[in-house]
Amino acid sequence: MERIPILKMGQYLLVTIQVDMHDQLAMTLQDDLTAKIVSDRARGVLLDISALDLVDSFIGRMISDISKMARVLDAQTVVVGMRPAVAITLVELGLSLEGVRTALNVESGMDLLRSVTS
Amino acid sequence: MNAIETQVLELKTTEDVVRMRQAVRQHSVSLGFSLVDQTKLVTAASELGRNTIIHGGGGEMKIEPLLETNRRGLSLTFSDKGKGIPDVELALKDGYTTGSGMGLGLGGAKRLSSEFHIQSKPGEGTRITIKRWR
Amino acid sequence: MKSNKNSVSVILNRDERGVLADWVKLQLSSSSLRADLMTESDLRQQSQQFLGLFTTALEQNAPADVNAPAWSEVRELLGQISRSRALQGFSPSETATFVFSLKEPLYARVRAELESDPAALADATWTLTALLDKLGLYTTEVYQKSRNEIIDRQQRELMELSTPVVQLWQGILALPLIGTLDSERTQVVMENLLTKIVETGAPLAIIDITGVPTVDTLVAQHLLKTVAAARLMGADCIISGIRPQIAQTIVHLGVDLTDVITKSTLADAFSIALKRIGLSVKPA
Repeated sequence: MERIPILKMGQYLLVTIQVDMHDQLAMTLQDDLTAKIVSDRARGVLLDISALDLVDSFIGRMISDISKMARVLDAQTVVVGMRPAVAITLVELGLSLEGVRTALNVESGMDLLRSVTS
Repeated sequence: MNAIETQVLELKTTEDVVRMRQAVRQHSVSLGFSLVDQTKLVTAASELGRNTIIHGGGGEMKIEPLLETNRRGLSLTFSDKGKGIPDVELALKDGYTTGSGMGLGLGGAKRLSSEFHIQSKPGEGTRITIKRWR
Repeated sequence: MKSNKNSVSVILNRDERGVLADWVKLQLSSSSLRADLMTESDLRQQSQQFLGLFTTALEQNAPADVNAPAWSEVRELLGQISRSRALQGFSPSETATFVFSLKEPLYARVRAELESDPAALADATWTLTALLDKLGLYTTEVYQKSRNEIIDRQQRELMELSTPVVQLWQGILALPLIGTLDSERTQVVMENLLTKIVETGAPLAIIDITGVPTVDTLVAQHLLKTVAAARLMGADCIISGIRPQIAQTIVHLGVDLTDVITKSTLADAFSIALKRIGLSVKPA
């Protein structure tokens, strides 16, 4: 079955979404990621969505849920690389992803993750 | 593939939604939509396509180019023969949800479109047409 | 009717050079010739090309309907000529005169040819008039369309020019907004800023509205949406240059700016932005 790979980088997990997300895939990612946070005792999650050309309410909810679930498991999440057109659309849709940390790219996302988990 | 053609796509599974989004993207690119307009239309289509599958029990989407003398656009019609929406006005309100989304599907799709028409009768199904001009 | 067109066609076949010479002479002597905008040789070449295609279309017994396929080459050439003249700055009547001025040399010859047959003369004149009028109107149509395209392009350029995004410091962008913001312009502004944020990787952007005369609900909402979109991407916006009047309007309109950093001047906003990235300005 199709899965989104989760990479381990020290105490952080890196997820780069590079496929056109369908709903089942999003649910699988949620399961895999929470399991991996626990098994790897990860302190933070970096979610790179720079390849996504669309975030609808379902994927938006997944992003927001991942961030909340990670927090319950004592890990911080930073979402990086949202494209301008996607951000404009999300705002128009009425989604602000309240409480989700964001950064422009992987590098600044990593810095942010380090500063909030240290 | 000639994109300036009417096309009907089946909507049964969530993979169909992915295919449908790609078709909408392709059409809006060939009509010269800006990147933001493309994204808005594809996102609206994604919301409505999911509704068709989850609430309508599957259906289809018709994609039609709109070619007028001084403007161009796309019309998308989602139809199903599902249980219908008892209170359309309520369903359009943000935060109203019956499924697993965030309750932004219908209202959000309306905000992302230039025109929005909905016809629904309980027990007979739902038909939503959205248009977006470039 | 056929014979009339043939009579014109016969004349043209016999004396295309003569017609061309007279026509070009007439155009050169007319006040509507813009010697400042095009050379005599260009004019001669355009006229020759047109007359050649016109003659060919007539020979094929083309119908009087200029939209018919037989006229497609003539229309195409006229389209090119009108477009280039519209771009060069000719007026619509100067452009249409190109076709209309062909009447005089042609009528003179038709008259000489059919002088003995008044009925045929009237018919031929009428057919020719109808035909040239339609072609003349066609040039005006193309001319108008080309002008509209120019206006559209200039509008777009103006829109882009009027919304420059500048880098104040490494990691700090500024967008000085000047003039009235409408919905369309605000959207361009928004996209420009967000694109620049990605390009430069700047986590901070200052939107300065000192030069914006009024802020209505729509503009305020657009600003808020820009701030929200930037935040989703991982950048923060500061709005500066809010004049007292605008502050009052914003509150009266019920627009909620509590989540947005606002400063009254660009200088204040810049200083806050510097502090955010760990810098400060000190006397040397």
